[in-house]
Amino acid sequence: MENYLSLFETYDVPAAFWVNIQLSFWAAIFALVIGTVLALFRISPIPSLQWFGAAYVNIFRNTPLTIILAFGFLGLFSVMQISLASDLNASLFRIAILGLALYHAAFVCEAIRSGVNTVPLGQAEAARAIGLSFLPAARLIILPQAFRGAIAPLGNVLIALIKNSTVAAAGSVATESSGLMKTMIEFRSDLVIPIFLTFALGFVILVIPIGLLTTWASRRLAVAR
Amino acid sequence: MTSEAQPSTPASSTRPLVSLRKVNKHFGDLHVLRDIDLDVARGEVVVVIGPSGSGKSTLCRAINRLETIDDGEITIDGKVLPAEGKELAKLRADVGMVFQSFNLFAHKSILENVTLGPVKVKGMKPGPAKDLAMSLLKRVGVDNQAQKLPAQLSGGQQQRVAIARALAMQPKVMLFDEPTSALDPEMINEVLDAMVALAKEGMTMIVVTHEMGFARRAADRVIFMADGQIMEQATPEEFFTNPRSDRAKDFLGKILSH
Repeated sequence: MENYLSLFETYDVPAAFWVNIQLSFWAAIFALVIGTVLALFRISPIPSLQWFGAAYVNIFRNTPLTIILAFGFLGLFSVMQISLASDLNASLFRIAILGLALYHAAFVCEAIRSGVNTVPLGQAEAARAIGLSFLPAARLIILPQAFRGAIAPLGNVLIALIKNSTVAAAGSVATESSGLMKTMIEFRSDLVIPIFLTFALGFVILVIPIGLLTTWASRRLAVAR
Repeated sequence: MTSEAQPSTPASSTRPLVSLRKVNKHFGDLHVLRDIDLDVARGEVVVVIGPSGSGKSTLCRAINRLETIDDGEITIDGKVLPAEGKELAKLRADVGMVFQSFNLFAHKSILENVTLGPVKVKGMKPGPAKDLAMSLLKRVGVDNQAQKLPAQLSGGQQQRVAIARALAMQPKVMLFDEPTSALDPEMINEVLDAMVALAKEGMTMIVVTHEMGFARRAADRVIFMADGQIMEQATPEEFFTNPRSDRAKDFLGKILSH
């Protein structure tokens, strides 16, 4: 037991989790914005936008996240010399956020689209009938109801995103939790199983409240029909 | 046709407000509208009846382009219905629509349902829009429900709100697509009363309905449709007492026999 507790003196586990929380927070915000725009494309009356939305979703949803994040580090950063900050670590951190956001935007788009499917067609017809064109009708009538119908699937995307933030290690964000776990296992092979369990428990603690919250919110905010 | 030319009035008031010329529409192999010609004069109340599948709802929805047509021409107040876009949105603002399933915006209060169009489409200030909405809600008798959500109201109340929402845009013409078909029987009259009052005030109305009582009370003209065609049109008096076509006789025989 003392052995185990000494781990926390040598390694800053909470700080590593804090990196994952930050990665997840920013990636979630960007993914929500990009995913909403993609969903708008997919429900828009303009065929080229529909096509783009569908193509984006199919490409990013079907590419392994590891490859996207490794490409961010090796392709964007190392080869193409694209840097998002002057500091090396900050730049890698931001590229990882970008990769996570681009990948999860595809899932956000599909979650919102499933929310749009909960909105009866008559709502859009009524919006058009009073003279709203596509964007105002989407903004005022369709999306507010779609989001409320999409809380549970959006929650699932967020849960996946938090856990997937560990893949940022593939983008050389070494400070995040799975990176730290690897280091700890390397130096303390006597405690492999406790180390695994510690990180597993850490993520369970992070994720459980989100599941509870989205279940509660999706009931609370459901649109009465 | 009942329209009589009045030589002294300017062209805009003798010109039909809604005009359909050789309108055709197919749903796949089904020819739902066949060469429809129809003129509706300003202030006229036209009731469209006919068996299900006769194309009357499609006709109604085509007039504000919720259904596109394959060929022919639809004009509203002299303007041809444009393709989807800003122009069409503008034109739709002049055409009020009341649906069978009410379609009130489920996440907005009754008041917001009525003010949304004037504020977001016409750029009216929220204050005057609210006054307008409350006076319209009062007119249809649901002003005491203004803060509630649509799902908290009865069907009849919701449909009256839908009428107020359409009126808030100060439309030139109102389309009613089977407005009482989804209502419980005891709520039908409250909606019909609001519609009769509207007709009496001179609103131009095109009403698809199964309510023969409404047709008798409020219609200037009854249009009978079957198989995507206008089979006959006449004043309600004439149509109900002396239908000419066999299809109309058969239809009336079926619905008026109880």
